[in-house]
Amino acid sequence: MEIRENLHYTKEHEWILVDGDIATVGITDYAQQELGDIVFVELPEVGSEFTSMESFGVIEAVKTVADLFAPVSGKIVDVNNVLIDRPDLINSDAYGEGWIIKIEMSNNEELNQLLDAAGYKSLIGD
Amino acid sequence: MEEKLIFEISSDSKKGYTLPALDVQAKDINELIPEEFQRKSDAELPQVSEPEAVRHFVNLSRKNHHIDKGFYPLGSCTMKYNPKVNEETAKLDGFRNVHPFEDERFVQGALKLMKELEEYLCEILGTDVVSLQPAAGSQGELSGILIAKRYFEKLGEERTAVIIPDSAHGTNPASVSIGGFKAFQIKSNEQGKLDIEEIKKYVDKNTAVLMVTNPNTLGLFEEQIFEISEIVHSRGALMYMDGANLNALMGITRPGDMGFDIMHVNLHKTFSAPHGGGGPGSGPIGVVERLEPFLPVPRIIKDGSSFKWNYSYKNSIGKIHSFFGNFSIFVKAYTYIRILGAKGLKEVSENAIINANYLLKKLEKHFSIPYKDYCMHEFVASGENLKEYGIRTLDVAKRLLDFGFHSPTIYFPLIVKEALMIEPTETESRSSLDSFAEAMIKIKEEAEKNPEVLHSSPQTTPIGRLDEAKAGRELDVKYDK
Repeated sequence: MEIRENLHYTKEHEWILVDGDIATVGITDYAQQELGDIVFVELPEVGSEFTSMESFGVIEAVKTVADLFAPVSGKIVDVNNVLIDRPDLINSDAYGEGWIIKIEMSNNEELNQLLDAAGYKSLIGD
Repeated sequence: MEEKLIFEISSDSKKGYTLPALDVQAKDINELIPEEFQRKSDAELPQVSEPEAVRHFVNLSRKNHHIDKGFYPLGSCTMKYNPKVNEETAKLDGFRNVHPFEDERFVQGALKLMKELEEYLCEILGTDVVSLQPAAGSQGELSGILIAKRYFEKLGEERTAVIIPDSAHGTNPASVSIGGFKAFQIKSNEQGKLDIEEIKKYVDKNTAVLMVTNPNTLGLFEEQIFEISEIVHSRGALMYMDGANLNALMGITRPGDMGFDIMHVNLHKTFSAPHGGGGPGSGPIGVVERLEPFLPVPRIIKDGSSFKWNYSYKNSIGKIHSFFGNFSIFVKAYTYIRILGAKGLKEVSENAIINANYLLKKLEKHFSIPYKDYCMHEFVASGENLKEYGIRTLDVAKRLLDFGFHSPTIYFPLIVKEALMIEPTETESRSSLDSFAEAMIKIKEEAEKNPEVLHSSPQTTPIGRLDEAKAGRELDVKYDK
């Protein structure tokens, strides 16, 4: 299972790639493995705002449905619409083509609350 | 052999019926149905002879797993055997051939049966009044939530949250959202039960309801339920019980006595009406006296020695189902209760608990049991210890089919990884429980020594593994030529 060094992570198994004020968010390789085949992703609207740990969408796999949580506060500036027809991209490329949203962060300090690769690794007991 | 769809065996000009000659004057279709509502082309109904139709469905039924064919330990679903006498009573002319539009004077027997069933359920649940109207457990939940909503509106209190433990059935938060509240999830404690500290922390003046399943979905009884009820009531909120697991409680304890204000019960689980055929179901709700004004209408009332419908409850949440609910299910549940009586119903729950504990003991050495405690009518095992062999719970579930058993509920409750939720029910004999345990143990050995068998299972069913993801991603339930 893959954990990338250059990303931040949450306890809810999301990864965050930071580029200036923009955070790209997806779910981790571990999360997609645990969920199994993903069949549906409910995406938020571009422009909507979320506070940290607020649910911004829903991900549905064959055996379960899970909420997606905003890892940081901010405004949604882009969503991966390709997932609407190809939710399987999250399974095949969780850190790449399977990205879910981009958030314009309102408070970069929140990044300090997130886990680094080592922290996430110990969380999942790998 | 793959079974063709009935549309595929259809051929034009064949038919399996003969209609009698018309004995009234024919009317032009345009006089009866406005043109805009008429079909533009004929419905493509399959055209087959009677034996073709019969064989088609008999063959399909033989490929299906059902409770009349084998063990069905689907946790939280209570797939108990459905006594055939239920079908006999439901088929009685006076029950089967009543029409909901008939004048109540001519259906007194049906009304009496419904009124008595309400009274029996009140006795079993310990609630003051019951409405039979909701047609499913989930609809019962929604009705209960709407009642809570109306109750707080009448009190003039604005409460927006319903608190639900993380072990709850998925329908609970769904009913809460549709009912106009916000679901708030709290964590279970290390024993897998309600955490009284969490409840103290989160139940406040914004809380409308605490929604609890008891025994919970791990099959564990919430022993602190009295204290929990007290805390919830002292903060002005209501207690809701999801009665999916009532099969563990009958004649032993009553939800009403535990402090629950609203609950639903599934007649198609606990009271032996068929379950799992896609319906019809029945999810009556019981409430305490102060919530009675909000129950769905119509209500049956006794007027001297006769029964009638009463629609005039101005605070009612209204109708929740067409007419009065699923009547034939009431007849089956009524039959079940009358045949067993108070003593028999208690034995049902006792045997359900004994059977589950017997299986738990047989399996605990072979599968991991995350919450070790005596269970009630069901328990949750985990396939987590098989992961090292590349085997997941889904593989175990599929392999069980090769042994002639339906799988337990899998991947639920969500708080147990690789969950296998096993509910044997009271009607299984010791030998059928033993055979199931043997199959489970054999499968575990296969996982260790020959995991390939599990990956390629089921092998004995007409169709092997279905592509479940494809079904979810490309849902297509319409037949096109």
